Amino acid sequence: MSAITRKEVEHVANLARLQLTEDEALQYTKDLNAILEFAAKLNELDTSNVEPTSHATDVKNVMREDVNRPSLPREEVLKNAPDHEDGQFKVPAVFE
Amino acid sequence: MSLFDKRLSEIHSALRAKELSVTDLVQASIASIKEHDDKIKSVLHVDEEGALAHARQLDERLVKENEELGLLFGMPAGLKDNLITKDIRTTCASKFLANYDPVHDGTASKKVKEADAVIVAKLNMDEFAMGGSNENSGFFPAKNPWNTDYVPGGSSGGSAAAMAARHFYFTLGSDTGGSIRQPAAFCGVVGLKPTYGRVSRFGLVAFASSLDQIGPVTKNVEDAAYVLQAIAGHDEFDSTSANVEVPNYLSALTGDVKGLRIGVPKELIGEGIDTEVREAVLAALKQLESLGATWSEVSMPHTEYAVPAYYLLSSSEASSNLARFDGVRYGVRADNASNLIELYKESRSQGFGPEVKRRIMLGTYALSSGYYDAYYKKAQQVRTLIIQDFTNIFADFDVILHPTTPSTAFKIGENANDPVKMYLEDICTVPVNLAGLPAISVPCGFSQNGLPIGLQIVGRAFDESTVLRVAHAYEQAAGYSQRKPEWVRG
Repeated sequence: MSAITRKEVEHVANLARLQLTEDEALQYTKDLNAILEFAAKLNELDTSNVEPTSHATDVKNVMREDVNRPSLPREEVLKNAPDHEDGQFKVPAVFE
Repeated sequence: MSLFDKRLSEIHSALRAKELSVTDLVQASIASIKEHDDKIKSVLHVDEEGALAHARQLDERLVKENEELGLLFGMPAGLKDNLITKDIRTTCASKFLANYDPVHDGTASKKVKEADAVIVAKLNMDEFAMGGSNENSGFFPAKNPWNTDYVPGGSSGGSAAAMAARHFYFTLGSDTGGSIRQPAAFCGVVGLKPTYGRVSRFGLVAFASSLDQIGPVTKNVEDAAYVLQAIAGHDEFDSTSANVEVPNYLSALTGDVKGLRIGVPKELIGEGIDTEVREAVLAALKQLESLGATWSEVSMPHTEYAVPAYYLLSSSEASSNLARFDGVRYGVRADNASNLIELYKESRSQGFGPEVKRRIMLGTYALSSGYYDAYYKKAQQVRTLIIQDFTNIFADFDVILHPTTPSTAFKIGENANDPVKMYLEDICTVPVNLAGLPAISVPCGFSQNGLPIGLQIVGRAFDESTVLRVAHAYEQAAGYSQRKPEWVRG
């Protein structure tokens, strides 16, 4: 596990849809490096024959019948919307 | 004695005898908050109007003949602000959700109401449950009622502080890596994290979906049993909720621990644990021996890997869960964006605090192409090894016992600039979340400088009955449970 570079931090920020200031970019590069160095401890363990665990329950694939049921009324859904029009959420242009 | 120092059964008797009304209880709660919360800042918003209206309704039902009253009838409650409550502002202590009013209840809120408790207020926390001190609240930090220079712990800092201040009969918190148990220990109250799947997560704003659980923070173990009874159970709205019968938790409080086999992990009782904390826990073990239990030292060899594994897994899950906060459907939308991507970036960057951003970045990195195997998958494999450590011990022991935290509460600002140091405070609590087991923190003493010490009891999956039984037996024998800060009057 190698150090994370400033450039990688900016790439990750873009993936996470975060806009970092210059100060933040420097601080997070430092913080992430400290955390990743700490996480490198896991390499001390030989896990070549260990199954990964994603959750500590044996519940799997819980489904329900594919039957229509009442859901939230549209006005409720739009109640917290920052902007809406014609019963739809409104956002700035997606395309140039 | 505060009204909320009394036992539930005593309060219910007083209600039926008309010595007290639900309105009295709710007004006492609101008064406590108004008069004292400024010292500790445990509350984010009070629903005074809604709570008093609900109290009036309940008082009407109280005088009716043959009216069936819910288990927690009339009890004023505070809910951590990451629990969705219909028409009551829910912010997760984040600027991003500063204007969010849920249009429906979560299951825990619904069950609290069905049990006839009254939701009075929403409580302070670390933003989106990320933190161990309540210093990461997007609004203001909460303070430890025992000494306001110190943190109450986190992320359910508000829930624990409010409980120590007796603002409510009970509070609900959430626990992903220790967020109920650690603040309970720091504030000298009881905090229970149920087995993963025991309580529905529907309506709990998700941080790490494979680790989160809702649980009670109360003044004593009996109250925790009552609250768990009300909120536990399968829920079709949470596909990870367990279809396991809910036993009668109150009948488990027998006081009997004869023949109980307690395992104490040497990794959590030796080096790295403060002397005072170790001594308090060893004294507790002596107490339990005098009640007929036996204990031996055991080993959980992968303990030292639990914290890095936890931070990789929880941050990865969080990076996915927090992607929904994009400014489109709810939350505070940035007004300086000229296209959609800018909208996402600006809304999120303006709305999220530094710890939240740090963890989203860590999680995004750990899941990204080229790094997934080295970080996320590796952490999942280590998770398997930690679960195995527990399984091995439970083959020969009924419960595991050790300190809830390596030390007592730290000063506000002390760990602020060192994320790794802050993370290492979680060593005693995160293994339990990785394994999905039930665990409770119970007060077991005080440090020289007057701060509470908590011990943790861990049980087998869905064996909350044993965990509660042991905790209750210890609590009744040791006598720390009803202690509260001097300024908290009756």
